[in-house]
Amino acid sequence: MKKQRDAAAVTSRLISRPIRRMFPLFLLPMVASFAIGFVWPFIHGIYLSFCQFRTTSDAEFIGFGNYLKALQDQTFMHSFWYTALYAIVSLVLINVLAFTVAYALTQKIRGANIFRTVFFMPNLIGGIVLGYIWSMIFDGILGKYGTSIVLNSTYGFWGLIILMCWQQIGYMMIIYIAGLQAVPEDMLEAAHIDGATKWQTLFHVTIPNVMPSITICMFLSLTNGFKLFDQNLALTGGQPFIINPDGSTLKTTEMLALNIYNTFYGQNTAARGVAQAKAVLFFVLVAGLGLLQLTSTRKKEVQQ
Amino acid sequence: MKKSKNLGRTIVTAILSVISVIYVLPVVAVVLNSFKINTFVKTDTFAFPNAESFAGWDNFITGMTLGGTFWTSVFYSLVITVLSTALILLFTSMAAWYISRVDSSFCRAVYFLCVFSMVVPFQMVMFTLSKTADKLGFDTPWTIPVIYLGFGAGLAVFMFTGFVKSVPLSIEEAAVIDGCGPLRTFFSVVVPMLKPTMISVGILEIMWVWNDYLLPYLVLDRTKYMTIPIHIQYLKGSYGTVDLGATMALILLSIIPVIVFYLCCQKHIIKGVAAGAVKG
Repeated sequence: MKKQRDAAAVTSRLISRPIRRMFPLFLLPMVASFAIGFVWPFIHGIYLSFCQFRTTSDAEFIGFGNYLKALQDQTFMHSFWYTALYAIVSLVLINVLAFTVAYALTQKIRGANIFRTVFFMPNLIGGIVLGYIWSMIFDGILGKYGTSIVLNSTYGFWGLIILMCWQQIGYMMIIYIAGLQAVPEDMLEAAHIDGATKWQTLFHVTIPNVMPSITICMFLSLTNGFKLFDQNLALTGGQPFIINPDGSTLKTTEMLALNIYNTFYGQNTAARGVAQAKAVLFFVLVAGLGLLQLTSTRKKEVQQ
Repeated sequence: MKKSKNLGRTIVTAILSVISVIYVLPVVAVVLNSFKINTFVKTDTFAFPNAESFAGWDNFITGMTLGGTFWTSVFYSLVITVLSTALILLFTSMAAWYISRVDSSFCRAVYFLCVFSMVVPFQMVMFTLSKTADKLGFDTPWTIPVIYLGFGAGLAVFMFTGFVKSVPLSIEEAAVIDGCGPLRTFFSVVVPMLKPTMISVGILEIMWVWNDYLLPYLVLDRTKYMTIPIHIQYLKGSYGTVDLGATMALILLSIIPVIVFYLCCQKHIIKGVAAGAVKG
């Protein structure tokens, strides 16, 4: 009985007492940097979203005004719907394609390792560089028809989708391969003996067993989609712009993160409070979506 | 039966081969265009350089000095990536061990905040973070690693804690009974066991820091320091007519080390990604 308790315990006094004395060495550096790099900026950010400010020192509390302005901002709402559409399309495409590739690669294909190496490669290249590589390629193709990726928002949308599929399929594929390799061999064999067709095995045995991987991949691609910034900035930077009759500018391919960035660092420094309020809304959205997605997919997982 | 199975596999292999070639094409296009004269990059993007459009090493030579010396940016990128990864590995693993072994409400609060920080997008803190970093002097390549340690601590602490909790206590207890202090117990008993997780976390941090654009762009003193992504963005953003040939030459120079690194440590990288994904 006692032995069992020892094995399950995470700590014992024998170890914890001497460690406690080493707090300044073991925990303090990380906690101090974490306070500077995350905790304080986060709390300060929440506070500033209720303020009118240009720099951090001239903040003046104004209540919910920034949030109202943020929600009435046409460009913000446009970027929200644009981002949502992008996130859903890329979520479906990336996951279906990545799963298909992973499934093919786990069928004892010759050269599977080489394919895996090639498909994962784009993940090593940074978002800014990827954006410029693809803007050259799209302009090379579209230039022949006298247009450009920055002249047509439909091209801009699908261009970004193609870019992100190229980058993310390899990443999700790795996670799916790990999941597929963990499906118990005897289950597949039992299905085969019972006369299940390949499709039946796939949908009733394989997919329920890789549900944890599917959960993770969908969570990752959804939040990645909403948080996308570098590739958006480098590929189109929000272009083409539409000038509204009232003189305001609508950046048609601008996503949420870029919209917040532009509001912060645009010409109108008085709008920084609004930008911070947008950032808080953005945080609530990303965190909320992640939680919702996790709980809803977890329900479909096989109980083990 | 067996024949049809083989045929099916051959078809799948053929399809995958075609996709692989398409996958490599963008990188091939970068190589081709880095040797082309600027005006031909837009008109003949997919052609091989010919006698008329071949630029030799001109793009690389002009690229070197375009918007500041390129090697300086490479140097700062290296400094920031190496220092940040080292700091994160050292201090988050120590913190994770402390958190798992000391049972206090402070430790639980730190752990909770670390997990929480993983769902917070950078835009939420970018303005206040860059102001705080500037005020405290973390705006140079030598000091920005502290900011990376702070903002990137969440995932690393989460991964290390997950592993430390699965390590049997009896090994550490034996070390303590044999007279090891916490430092010795940690570095000669815990760290060797943590090695696989260290490699996974290290790979994830290297990939993040090396390619990161917005954080260094906002935090670093831009008049003095640039990293590779900032340098490339600067080329495109600040000139009316972009020298595409030279930009492609610099992009090629910046992705060659990444691809070499990938081909060398492929096994670890793929393992690291699979391990890091479990964070969801």
